[in-house]
Amino acid sequence: MSHTTPESLQELAKEQWSSLETQLSECPLTAKQRMAIPQQEMPAQDPAARRTNMDEVTYGYFEEQARVEAERCLQCKNAPCIAGCPVAIDIPRFIRKISEADYSGALAVISETSLLPSICGRVCPQEVQCQEPCTVGKAKKDPFLSVSIGRLERFVADHGGRSVPQVKPETGKKVAIIGSGPAAITAAADIRREGHGVTVFEAFHKPGGVLVYGIPEFRLPKGIVEEELNTLQQMGVEVRTNFLVGRTRTLKDLLEKDGYNAIFIGSGAGLPRFMEIEGENLVGVFAANEYLTRSNLMKAYDRERADTPITRPRKVAVLGGGNVAMDAARTAVRLNAEEVNVIYRRTRTEMPARAEEVDHAEEEGVVFHFLRNPARILGDENGQVRAIEVLKYELGEPDDSGRRRPVAIPGSEYEIEVDTVIVSIGNDSNPLLTTTTPELEVNKRGNIVADESGKTSMDRVWAGGDIVLGAATVILAMGQGRKAAAAINEALLS
Amino acid sequence: MHTILKREQLSEQVFRIRVVAPLIAEARQAGQFVLVQVDTEFGERIPLTIADADAEQGWITLIFQAVGGTTMRLAALQEGDAVPAILGPLGTPTHVEQLGHVVCVCGGIGAAPMYPIAQAMKAAGNRVTIILGARNHDLIILQEEMRSLADDLILVTDDGSAGRKALVTEPLKELCQAPSPPDLVVAIGPPIMMKFAVETTRPFAVRTVVSLNTIMVDGTGMCGGCRVTVGGQTRFVCMDGPEFDGHQVDFENMMKRLQSYKTQEDAARHTCKIGRNP
Repeated sequence: MSHTTPESLQELAKEQWSSLETQLSECPLTAKQRMAIPQQEMPAQDPAARRTNMDEVTYGYFEEQARVEAERCLQCKNAPCIAGCPVAIDIPRFIRKISEADYSGALAVISETSLLPSICGRVCPQEVQCQEPCTVGKAKKDPFLSVSIGRLERFVADHGGRSVPQVKPETGKKVAIIGSGPAAITAAADIRREGHGVTVFEAFHKPGGVLVYGIPEFRLPKGIVEEELNTLQQMGVEVRTNFLVGRTRTLKDLLEKDGYNAIFIGSGAGLPRFMEIEGENLVGVFAANEYLTRSNLMKAYDRERADTPITRPRKVAVLGGGNVAMDAARTAVRLNAEEVNVIYRRTRTEMPARAEEVDHAEEEGVVFHFLRNPARILGDENGQVRAIEVLKYELGEPDDSGRRRPVAIPGSEYEIEVDTVIVSIGNDSNPLLTTTTPELEVNKRGNIVADESGKTSMDRVWAGGDIVLGAATVILAMGQGRKAAAAINEALLS
Repeated sequence: MHTILKREQLSEQVFRIRVVAPLIAEARQAGQFVLVQVDTEFGERIPLTIADADAEQGWITLIFQAVGGTTMRLAALQEGDAVPAILGPLGTPTHVEQLGHVVCVCGGIGAAPMYPIAQAMKAAGNRVTIILGARNHDLIILQEEMRSLADDLILVTDDGSAGRKALVTEPLKELCQAPSPPDLVVAIGPPIMMKFAVETTRPFAVRTVVSLNTIMVDGTGMCGGCRVTVGGQTRFVCMDGPEFDGHQVDFENMMKRLQSYKTQEDAARHTCKIGRNP
């Protein structure tokens, strides 16, 4: 894959923009003319260089690029993109603001429904959300040629300026928010805006949840998450770290002893699934959660300064095909692994990871083994991983999810020599809070049962995000945080 | 602020600190632990048992051996200083009930987590025998506390410099051979000691609980680093434990997993000694 330098992308965009500007000043563009505007490529670090650093891979659009890309939008009357967005951002309207060079206006449009555009612009799987039904992509019969809505959102978030939302006069009521990830941050902001006191309880020493411990710096710089949390604190939200609700204090304590009027639980998924195959407890087998937490939150990648150790693998197998698997594989690359293999039982098309992350991983030298599934992990005499045995699969009939079911080919097993295995096949709901709170109804997967508004079976307690949905996305968590906050605000009125 | 109210050195490497932690002191039960961090930017999170607590006065006691980067820095803190981060109480509390005769086997620093368990067992109306073992006289901790608590205290050292010259397993075996063997054995100490304690009681089918101390990062079930094999199943020490049926624990695998970062930790200790503890 060839890499185009950011400088040449900017040069190109400058030329394209100046000719577009001339055109635009003469008469409005036709749909056909708009369709002919070339899609703007995301400027990124050279793959060879980024293999050795933790810095963000993509730089974000140059202004000229954003202006050109915005002109690709057809401003469809029916705006199918809005329906594709889990929080229904008015996408054509914010793009029109970019066309008017009114970036803070564009940000204001996004902020009507979304709280974390700088984060969502970076981590949303746009190709299966807003960009999937985009008319431009449809016409070109390729969703990857749709208007780059995510990149434009990020541009707006990075260039639209920041302001601390207005907070209404104090109501004297207070709400406890459990967790500090996307659902929690959103709920905290929306509830605080109404003038209620808000305390965020976080078990780790730093707030941010999965945005901090899970998603690596190279994909979502921690400075951005910190800014969001600073905004919350400037609004008057109190953040209490090293506080594990369920252990340090129960939900009941918060309501009965500590005087909270309501609670929102946004504690996330956070219980790693394992394959349940032979050899999974050998030395050198990690859940992706552990590997990523060591590197991201505990900063183990910074060998010089961090106390928390992380193994420096030589040959790695990452099991799974989601975003977390990509994050783990690319972290291993950056920790100098010689060879990183991703083992996934379906094909590239079925991978749940964001397409851009898969492309980036490939550019960085990650090797993909599709239609392969681990059978067992083999150890040496010291109990250390020496190889993984995988079985070849083929695609059979579609299953319940509509994806073709992978079927094992008997006798096709072979070994791949590795010293580290990172299991990244998803998370279940962490049972810590629910087992210490018998009043909370959970389903058979351990997720908290909540209605449309996030209301749980426990009086004055709402929940949202992965603890309700199972492992999902940042934007869905945010959407749920919003809904629950609205319900809590309404309940506190009476 | 987790201010250190009191700091004592119990032996060459072992320290006891009393720190302000009112919520943990109120919530904690026997068998639970905390995660401690001395530097919240680059520091490690390490599990330490709650050796004692006072809910009224709002403090907990931590006992630790200064052997790694974090514990060495913790040992360097003085009275009046604060421990930046303490998370807890974590883990499933000890199951305490009146069983009859409970034998508590402690090896070295294992006496620290044992103390609240022995207290709770005693308070539940059990006869409590404590076997307090260490490599030598200087490494024995909590002898007075244990003596005033136990119905019987058996002191053993590897070299005979205090009490009987024996490993903890010898008096344990004798107790199991007695006409009325113990109703429950709780063994806490280095993994190898717990492994041998478990093998000692197995032929007598005396129920034996061990408290495991594995590698942890978050302590809330999120990372899975602490997993052990118990009865063929993967269990998380931080949530399902730290106490398990010792006869079901795969100690071989646990001990290997504990060595995962050995080379790096040796390097860290070296750096720490020359860089931070003049």
